[in-house]
Amino acid sequence: MLNRFFTTPLQLGLAQALAAATVAYAVVLLARRRKIHMESEAAIAMLRGLVQIIAVGSVLVIMLRAPRWTGAFLLAAMIVAAGATSAKRAKGVPGSFRVSTYSIACGAGSVIAIMTWLGVIDTAITALIPVGSMLIANAMNTNGLALNRFRSDVLAHNGEIETALALGADPRQSVAPYVQASFEASLIPAIDSLRSLGIVWIPGLMAGMLLSGSRPVYAAIYQFVVLAMIFAASGLTSLVSTLLIRTHAFTPAEQLLLRPGIAHSSVR
Amino acid sequence: MNVLTAVHLTRDVGSLKIVDDVSVEVRPEEVLAITGPSGSGKSSLLRLLNRLDEPTSGTVFLQNIDYREIPPRELRRKVGMVTQRPFLFPGTVYENVSFGPRQRGEEFSPSQAEELLTRVGLGGYAARDVTNLSGGEAQRVSVARALANSPIVLLLDEPTSALDEEAKAEVESLIRDIIRETHLTCIVVTHDTAQAARMATRLMTLQGGRVTGIGTVNEVLHA
Repeated sequence: MLNRFFTTPLQLGLAQALAAATVAYAVVLLARRRKIHMESEAAIAMLRGLVQIIAVGSVLVIMLRAPRWTGAFLLAAMIVAAGATSAKRAKGVPGSFRVSTYSIACGAGSVIAIMTWLGVIDTAITALIPVGSMLIANAMNTNGLALNRFRSDVLAHNGEIETALALGADPRQSVAPYVQASFEASLIPAIDSLRSLGIVWIPGLMAGMLLSGSRPVYAAIYQFVVLAMIFAASGLTSLVSTLLIRTHAFTPAEQLLLRPGIAHSSVR
Repeated sequence: MNVLTAVHLTRDVGSLKIVDDVSVEVRPEEVLAITGPSGSGKSSLLRLLNRLDEPTSGTVFLQNIDYREIPPRELRRKVGMVTQRPFLFPGTVYENVSFGPRQRGEEFSPSQAEELLTRVGLGGYAARDVTNLSGGEAQRVSVARALANSPIVLLLDEPTSALDEEAKAEVESLIRDIIRETHLTCIVVTHDTAQAARMATRLMTLQGGRVTGIGTVNEVLHA
């Protein structure tokens, strides 16, 4: 219907964005009726997302003419931004920005590097950046889930953890059950995506490839390749993140930092 | 030689002094009770003594050694702690009682566990799952678990306050028996002065994180 009223691609795109944002915000308003308030957070996130994606699109247009190696810098900047975003989901977790950035760089960065070296990801900016950003974004989400779960589990089990410490336990041992639970919980979305591929959903990348005329079988296989890379990047990110955060949760004197009402001024 | 000596122990949280310049000497085989109103810093002081929290200033000497020179895990083995709630780990009573020795890679045989469990009145409980224990039984397991580490000093943080009246009397009596039989040096935090009088040889009172009185039970209670 919208294409009857809007003729230029820019007008149509903005109208479509407005329609989608309206539907998304309707959900936020519905949540408000149940006293769940996320109006401003959702509005800011949507506006920010739109501005960011338009900015990246514009940068991509410019970078199409740039040498291929410049893609690495853009991906590095994305990793740092992902680290900052992810760290916000782990308020109070000491060193969460550093842990998030290292973990995403290690998880998504290494998978992108290996797959580019193997030729699975094309080095052309138009392929490297969109596919790389998918891996980074998913690694960011996984990392956020892992840290958030770790934070809530540790806060809920302060007594058990400090009892173990008081009995002479290794701090890493005292949080081991919560590290494992965080790792497992953070990978649920990535596992479910792989499990339901083609049955519950046909991902955007495959739809895009089909629309642009790629052969359906190749598009389908490549979509599996992307999801497998997402799983690898997310899994490695979560593994590194949960290993790093367990040491950041304690002082050098093996005292638990992550406790209700305690400010974390010292971060290793 | 004092077993434990706190020297000008202070802990600030933000702008608040929750423990303020506390100095105290704990002699061998004595039971020191710390009393005071809620928020007076009793439990916070106890957490400084086994270094679960870091003092802002001051330190503690354990058998004349500055505790900052003792590796934290070794220190916490030597300065045992029983908390208000028992916080038992999932598994059996035996697994809980042997937790401390296992952390150091030491063998803690079922017969050693049984001996300890008998001492706390839970003979034959080793194979039981901890989810099937009553509050009083769980606290007894917690006492046995702390004793399995053979501590030099035992810190007891309101060990009976989370229990019902019957279990409270049982656990208090058990702790007094253990102290009498083992001659263990203990520091007991309690808000109940009557309990402090029953258990302790000396009494220290805290208010706003500061020591307001210290001496024998009679001296402090009748000052």
